[in-house]
Amino acid sequence: MSIKGHISKVNRLAAEIARPVKIMEVCGTHTMAAFRSGLRSLLPANVSLLSGPGCPVCVTPNGYLDKAIAIARRPDTIVATFGDMVRVPGSESSLEYARAQGASIRIVYSPAEALEEAVANRLRQVVFLGIGFETTIPGIAWTIKEAAQKNITNYSVLCGHKIIPPAMEALLQGKVGIDGFMCPGHVSVIIGANAYKPLCSSYHIPCVVTGFEPFDMIVGIKMLLKQINDNQSTVEIQYARSVTEQGNQSAQQLIDEVFEVCDTSWRGVGTIPDSGLRIREKFSAHDSEKKFTDLEVPETREHPGCICGEILRGMKTPCDCGLFRKACTPATPVGACMVSSEGTCAAYYKYAKMDSLPE
Amino acid sequence: MCLATPAKVVEIVNDDAVVEIDGIRRSAKIALIPDLVVGDYVIIHAGFAIQKWSEKDVQEYNQIMDEIRALDQQGSGKV
Repeated sequence: MSIKGHISKVNRLAAEIARPVKIMEVCGTHTMAAFRSGLRSLLPANVSLLSGPGCPVCVTPNGYLDKAIAIARRPDTIVATFGDMVRVPGSESSLEYARAQGASIRIVYSPAEALEEAVANRLRQVVFLGIGFETTIPGIAWTIKEAAQKNITNYSVLCGHKIIPPAMEALLQGKVGIDGFMCPGHVSVIIGANAYKPLCSSYHIPCVVTGFEPFDMIVGIKMLLKQINDNQSTVEIQYARSVTEQGNQSAQQLIDEVFEVCDTSWRGVGTIPDSGLRIREKFSAHDSEKKFTDLEVPETREHPGCICGEILRGMKTPCDCGLFRKACTPATPVGACMVSSEGTCAAYYKYAKMDSLPE
Repeated sequence: MCLATPAKVVEIVNDDAVVEIDGIRRSAKIALIPDLVVGDYVIIHAGFAIQKWSEKDVQEYNQIMDEIRALDQQGSGKV
């Protein structure tokens, strides 16, 4: 079936359902892809896409960033990080500002580059900012294991990793009212579609693991609407070219070898049990939390006007924020959702027209 | 950051591979995919291959991209 055929089917299903339907696309890459492709403008009036907390930079609380900045300010460290973290405002400063004041910060595409930085600079402590969900976690696990095996003692990770399924469950316990989940495609490459089965059966919520091309998302929405219309709730895979039921078991084993599950705080949501990872004791020599115990970290505070938290839970949109497009812009971000390449506010700023914003 | 790009493996040395994306060559770590051989297609995320694609998957992807490009060229968003 062509894309146009799938879109027609979406319209027919939405008309049969006849009531408002809220689909949450959990992943920040879906948020951006939905906007960039114009998908939102194609959806029937009664189908709305909510953006969820699937932006790892956005859900990292200020306390983590404050610690990263304190580490960066030490003269003996190099902080290596994915690019979006650099401009996120912490409680008092940002990595970008720290860099302007002399801190050594390297932007990397891959955690493997951070490990190479440690090999090339044996007299400095290289700290990689471990932010990311299950798609990214195996790569960081690999660097920790490699550092341990090759005795790269000056490499460590400041672990801020979080995992997706517990956050999805926390959202279902909230007040938003989600009718279906568009499950993250590449997280699911690692964890497998079966990871959503407990959630799906406990809460009777349709789940479709969806890819990121416009075609993938239209078909994913069609599959969700069909389940909703038929009053079904199962886990289906739209993104079959990359996702299997079991996932990448080598990657899962590596994650389990290096990390263990713990409670962790999500910006705007609070602590979600068993939703984070910490580095196992066996690899504590590469755990920045264990290496840097005398950091001067300011008292954590969030900007009072910032509603990133409610946006991440799908309860409000950026249009509801008094700072959006005024004090908070991509050039002068107040909250993480505006800085990150996958942040909801960044997506709305770039793509949504104020006079015809989708609900 | 859930981006992953399809690429063809053109060279393998231990845990490292050279992959090709639209004619551009980059290095990638392949420790997460056992039994990879030159000629396989993978998707790359943050410098790591995270999944292998079959020939059928590559064909499906190419068909999707062809359809999107054709719609783009028609220049119409109306359906």
